Amino acid sequence: MASTENMTLNLKIWRQKNATTEGKLVDYRVENVSPDMSFLEMIDVLNDQLVRKGEDPIAFDHDCREGICGMCSMAIDGKAHGGFKNTTTCQVHMRHYKNGDNIVVEPFRASAFPVIKDLTVDRSAMDKVMAAGGYVTANTGNAPDGNAMLIPKPIADEAMDAAACIGCGACVASCPNGSGMLFMSSKISQLALLPQGQPESPRRALNMVYTHDSLGFGNCSTHAECEATCPKGISIEHIARANREYMKAAFTYHEKKRSEGGA
Amino acid sequence: MMTSAVNHYFGSSIGRKHLVAITGLLLCGFLVSHLLGNLLLLVGPDAFNLYSYKLFALGGLLYVIEAGLALVFLVHMYLAVRLNIENMRSRGKYAMKKRTGRGTTLMSATMPYTGLVLLVFLILHLMNLKFGTVYTTVVDGTEMRDIYKTTMEYFANPVSVGWYVFAMFCAAFHTAHGFSSAFQSLGLNHGKYFGKIKIIGYLYAIVVGGGFAFVSVWAYMKGV
Repeated sequence: MASTENMTLNLKIWRQKNATTEGKLVDYRVENVSPDMSFLEMIDVLNDQLVRKGEDPIAFDHDCREGICGMCSMAIDGKAHGGFKNTTTCQVHMRHYKNGDNIVVEPFRASAFPVIKDLTVDRSAMDKVMAAGGYVTANTGNAPDGNAMLIPKPIADEAMDAAACIGCGACVASCPNGSGMLFMSSKISQLALLPQGQPESPRRALNMVYTHDSLGFGNCSTHAECEATCPKGISIEHIARANREYMKAAFTYHEKKRSEGGA
Repeated sequence: MMTSAVNHYFGSSIGRKHLVAITGLLLCGFLVSHLLGNLLLLVGPDAFNLYSYKLFALGGLLYVIEAGLALVFLVHMYLAVRLNIENMRSRGKYAMKKRTGRGTTLMSATMPYTGLVLLVFLILHLMNLKFGTVYTTVVDGTEMRDIYKTTMEYFANPVSVGWYVFAMFCAAFHTAHGFSSAFQSLGLNHGKYFGKIKIIGYLYAIVVGGGFAFVSVWAYMKGV
């Protein structure tokens, strides 16, 4: 199955001039694709051809190309990041494909992610959810003693699993409901597990859920498609934790208004 | 945006999912009690009619219970429809339709459709049986409704049995996803036990869906 010789591929790529015009799939043919290339390098080759012909190159998001920045958002053959396990698009290598394959490339699709151009989408809705989470209080001054704050290893591990989220948006794009729950919950979960995040925990849960809902993300119905496409393999257990955190906050947390004697 | 946290809860995605989960699990409980009642058909006409008679003997209390049950049904359906409409909007026009095969199952993908079949089924079911033909019989010197006869007559028709079995298949499909999903919505998912909850959900679906279907086929085979 895996190819060792250079291939010729038939691509259908979503071209869209800007946010307001309708886009469409356009056919391209790329020759001399090495199986060692990454998917993004293959598009680089195509863009090189397009620029030489004086055509507009395909706009796509990318940055580190090491699978850690979360920029490379695209749907390959209808699946976020190509649907491979624990893989971002930049880490999808062309050896997964064979000579003559037809590949469809589209932007991440969701109402909360409007297309800016071609394969580039506006994922600032995720930034807004993140910002709504607010700050974490921490002691400033000298570096604290390493063991001053005791955190059991399994808890630290679980918090790190949630913190592995790179905010790529694959969970939203792959969700049949366009929900941002896996992203939001990994942010809530990571801090809810650690002592540093405790003082702001209820406020964080309330504000993040409120913002998530108001930005046009859908609701979770436990398909777990997000977990399957997440390049960092984040579990929907974190959604369950966010559900608990939110419920706890909604029923127990109350900020006094000025009229009630609050600040 | 902080002030009315509890008010917001009932309008939020998570709060409404909690309500769908709680009402769904209550309905799962109702199905078990309903199936146990149906199994009295196998015991005989008198047992089934007496069960029905004793339920009606609750009088006003029965109406309260029925109203509660109707409310649970309505909340579950209303919120499920609302959430689904929102989800369709969130997916947008060009939503991706292909799946990895490691997440979405046929059960989870068909929840709105199996739910809709169950709604139609529920209405027809009430019309055909609860509000169906009324016969009377005498058990131990007491005159009572012969609901056994109404039921057996209904199931004598192969079309009725076919539709009933199909609807119960949908109920099994719906609960196979819904049961464990409800626990997830309520925040009860941990690697330690969630696998077991999923298995219990599948067993529930098979036993309850299969149980109802079995009784209807048995009634058809037995004849009026």
